[in-house]
Amino acid sequence: MYDGGKIVAGLVVFLVLVTVPVWLNALAGGTPRAPELELPRDESRCVEPAAVMRATHMELLDTWRDSVVRSDDRFFTLEDGRRVERSLSRTCLGCHDRKDAFCDRCHDYLAVSPYCWDCHVIPEGGTALAAAGGGVR
Amino acid sequence: MRAWSALAIVVVLLGVAWVASGTGGGQAVIGTVIPYLAVALFLAGMVARVIGWARSPVPFRITTTCGQQRSLPWIPSATLDNPHTGWGAVRRMVLEVLLFRSLFRNTRSELRPTERLVYESDKVLWVAALAFHWSFLVILLRHLRFFLEPIPRLVPLLETVDGFFQLTVPTLFLTDALIVAALLYLLGRRVLNVQLRYLSLAADYFPLFVLLTIATTGILMRYVTKVDLVGAKELAMGLVTFHPVVPQGIGTLFFVHLFFVSVLFAYFPFSKLVHMGGVFLSPTRNLANNNRARRHVSPWNPEVKVHTYEQWEEEFRDKLVAAGIPLDKE
Amino acid sequence: MAEKSPQELLQIDYRPPRRDWMDPSIDFEARRGTWSYPAAPKNLEYLGFPNPREWSPTDEDWKLPDNWQEIIHQGLKDRLERFRSLKVFMDICVRCGACADKCHFFIGSGDPKNMPVLRAELLRSIYRRDFTTTGKILGRLAGGRELTAEVLKEWYYYFYQCTECRRCSVFCPYGIDTAEITMIARELLNLVGLNINWVMEPVANCDRTGNHLGIQPHTFKDNIEFLCDELADITGIKISPSINRKGAEVLFIVPSADYFADPGIFTFMGYLLLFEHIGLDYTLSAYASEGGNFGLFTSHETIKRLNYKMYAEAKRLGVRWILGGECGHMWRVVHQYMDTLNGPADFLEVPRSPVTGTVFENAASTKMTHICEFTADLIANGKLRLDPSRNDHRRVTFHDSCNPARAMGILEEPRHILRTVCNNFFEMPDNTIREQTFCCGGGAGLGNDENMEMRLRGGLPRANAVKFVHERHGVNLLTCICAIDRATLPPLVEYWVPGVEVSGVHELVGNALVMDGETRRTTDLRGEPLEGVADEPSPEAEEASHV
Repeated sequence: MYDGGKIVAGLVVFLVLVTVPVWLNALAGGTPRAPELELPRDESRCVEPAAVMRATHMELLDTWRDSVVRSDDRFFTLEDGRRVERSLSRTCLGCHDRKDAFCDRCHDYLAVSPYCWDCHVIPEGGTALAAAGGGVR
Repeated sequence: MRAWSALAIVVVLLGVAWVASGTGGGQAVIGTVIPYLAVALFLAGMVARVIGWARSPVPFRITTTCGQQRSLPWIPSATLDNPHTGWGAVRRMVLEVLLFRSLFRNTRSELRPTERLVYESDKVLWVAALAFHWSFLVILLRHLRFFLEPIPRLVPLLETVDGFFQLTVPTLFLTDALIVAALLYLLGRRVLNVQLRYLSLAADYFPLFVLLTIATTGILMRYVTKVDLVGAKELAMGLVTFHPVVPQGIGTLFFVHLFFVSVLFAYFPFSKLVHMGGVFLSPTRNLANNNRARRHVSPWNPEVKVHTYEQWEEEFRDKLVAAGIPLDKE
Repeated sequence: MAEKSPQELLQIDYRPPRRDWMDPSIDFEARRGTWSYPAAPKNLEYLGFPNPREWSPTDEDWKLPDNWQEIIHQGLKDRLERFRSLKVFMDICVRCGACADKCHFFIGSGDPKNMPVLRAELLRSIYRRDFTTTGKILGRLAGGRELTAEVLKEWYYYFYQCTECRRCSVFCPYGIDTAEITMIARELLNLVGLNINWVMEPVANCDRTGNHLGIQPHTFKDNIEFLCDELADITGIKISPSINRKGAEVLFIVPSADYFADPGIFTFMGYLLLFEHIGLDYTLSAYASEGGNFGLFTSHETIKRLNYKMYAEAKRLGVRWILGGECGHMWRVVHQYMDTLNGPADFLEVPRSPVTGTVFENAASTKMTHICEFTADLIANGKLRLDPSRNDHRRVTFHDSCNPARAMGILEEPRHILRTVCNNFFEMPDNTIREQTFCCGGGAGLGNDENMEMRLRGGLPRANAVKFVHERHGVNLLTCICAIDRATLPPLVEYWVPGVEVSGVHELVGNALVMDGETRRTTDLRGEPLEGVADEPSPEAEEASHV
């Protein structure tokens, strides 16, 4: 007894499963491209260099939250003298005013679902908030 | 101890990977040529292995029965541990493959000073084996986020479940902790148990060290030394769409990780890791115990010399006659 | 042997030796008592097996054929192509060690090469070097080693130190079956003339006379008549079963020890009483006078050769179906090999109990039914008149024999019978019965006297469980459904648990059966007085006192 049919069927299933990325992408069509981010029009300096932000922004925001919530320590000063409020809504989104064109691009590309928005309201355009007294001055 | 030779090989590989990952050319090789080679070896090797097994027949139905057979209608039979139908055998296999049912039976025997042998249930190996294999599977599936665009809903769902406790930032995946703990246990018992240490081969330690390296580099990238994930996904997508690219500045650690994953894939079909496929073909588990109800046909059946009744009667004729036992030829 | 006391034997050192397991060295002289004598040349010559000669494992030169390495290599290649089991088992073991302390020989000896995983590695290391890419290139690093004479000697020692009980296979996550590996390793050893006499003599006997013990037809008949006389003395019923009778409904085949040696003969007397009780139309055969099959411990070809007689005789006699007695490895062959090797038995009918009308659908193809299935059905249908109090002098436990338990799953039938025919039944601890049962220590041809130390060591887990119920429940009878058990367990329990006797299940059936026209029984089938009989004088005894 060989059960060749069953074994070949099993092998086919194995190959299909292992090659999921190849054929699923091919079926989806289109050439995948890295996300392009919409950068702030009138601000070129972030609170940290771009590479650092890219790697550790989630940890930065985490420490900001702790400072604000636990120590009520809302402001700090950068080396270049800018005074920064530890605020996602007012500081970050003050410049990066379109979440969908900035945050979401990479997060969606990598299936990251940060729980920022469990509490924070997604602002409609950041300028109003910045004018209300937050953000970087 | 044969662990040392395995460790030495892994350290050398690590050195090679580390140096190469620091150079552009090295990154290009590790990011394109090596993964293709590794996956090709993996697929071809596994198919060859399974076909190799399939070419040898199963001449006899040698089910290992672990429960009551089906005989008389009023005796309940163990349909899982002693299946009498093909579907029963399928159910037995499903439990075997997904839940390691046989390993669940594990006991530890001990000769007590009271001269009594006792057998205690010992599920630690079972727990560790399940923890390792399931964590590995979940981690592999989570990695689909680097290989698919758009990303199927399954992946974020898995991430949510895996990161359920929302500890640390980025969220700690339970499987990351589990796989390392399980691997360390599997390694630890091999080193600390005298019998296991005595029988273990370098080939038993090597995959453990490779997997630990993969897990460690992965964890470092996620929680400690960050790498550019967008670049990593670009590279991964390039590989699976056959337009390989090596973006700048992903980070050395990523290439070390990728190199060791490739080592694992390439090594897989030539090692004991083929149990992944072989477990399905074990004739003591995948056959129904219905031997007497349905004839199992073997493709080979040896011609043997037999002592026929006629020869026997001839040889013992006098004695048969004296004993008054009936004869065919008077 | 026998000089070592149980306390000495229990000083088991579980620490592995310092020497690497890949460098074999076995001092056969120092290990006397743990190996079996080689086959006598006359047996190999009779069977036409290769390389018959006088030799001893203690010799430096084993007188192997010049090209023995080539023969083994070719033999292994050939078997890898014929057995998927072998190929898969060679490739997929991960050496997790779950099997290690499941082997009775490891538990009893502490020898690491008795861990099933390492026993298999003895062969696997050769396979790796000769048949796998990594083994060829990397050698020892990949776990491969060269087949040297020392390795071969080690094979002889350890593959004739496995009883093919399959307990390890129950616990293996891949079901790797050391019995299968041992069977094939023994086939390879047979190719170069390395076999043991305790296997080859029965094989040669069985081929020639029809049974392992070499009992010729007239002696076969004498033995059975002697047992019938004994039965007449005990029960007052005279039974004369037919031999080689054509046209009977059922051919009844038992292991030859059942009509030859104590305590199997009492089981045989039980069978005879049962058939008389229900009026079964059956015949015995002096040609197919062996249920067992030592071919199972030799090679698949030999299994077929010896097993051939069963169907051939059933066909010649024109019976409807075959009933088989209590025997362990016999049932592994009947259940898992016979139909494939010597079937199809299309000249027979699906077994049907003439008393209850039950059709044994589970034997629809093989057409052979186990006596315990048959009797359990009789009991369930209330067809037997039984007086279980006649077994009241027995406190009974049941030893599941390896093959019926793990290659068949006949667990409840014998228990059902025992609970009906006796009043005091006690199970041994859970991890020592049913599919987890422990071997007697002397199966697969190892039940010889020169191997006694290893038998006692291997039998320790079984005996230890018997000791438990002996001390806790006063168990004094160890029942089983295996002829090898009935031969090997008595010395085992005498050594480890004095005060316990061994019997077959149908001996107790025979004790309990209330026969039409029987005289009042004062003893059981062994001639031992029944409980309570001594108190009230029997009619015969009263009569005698008047004389």
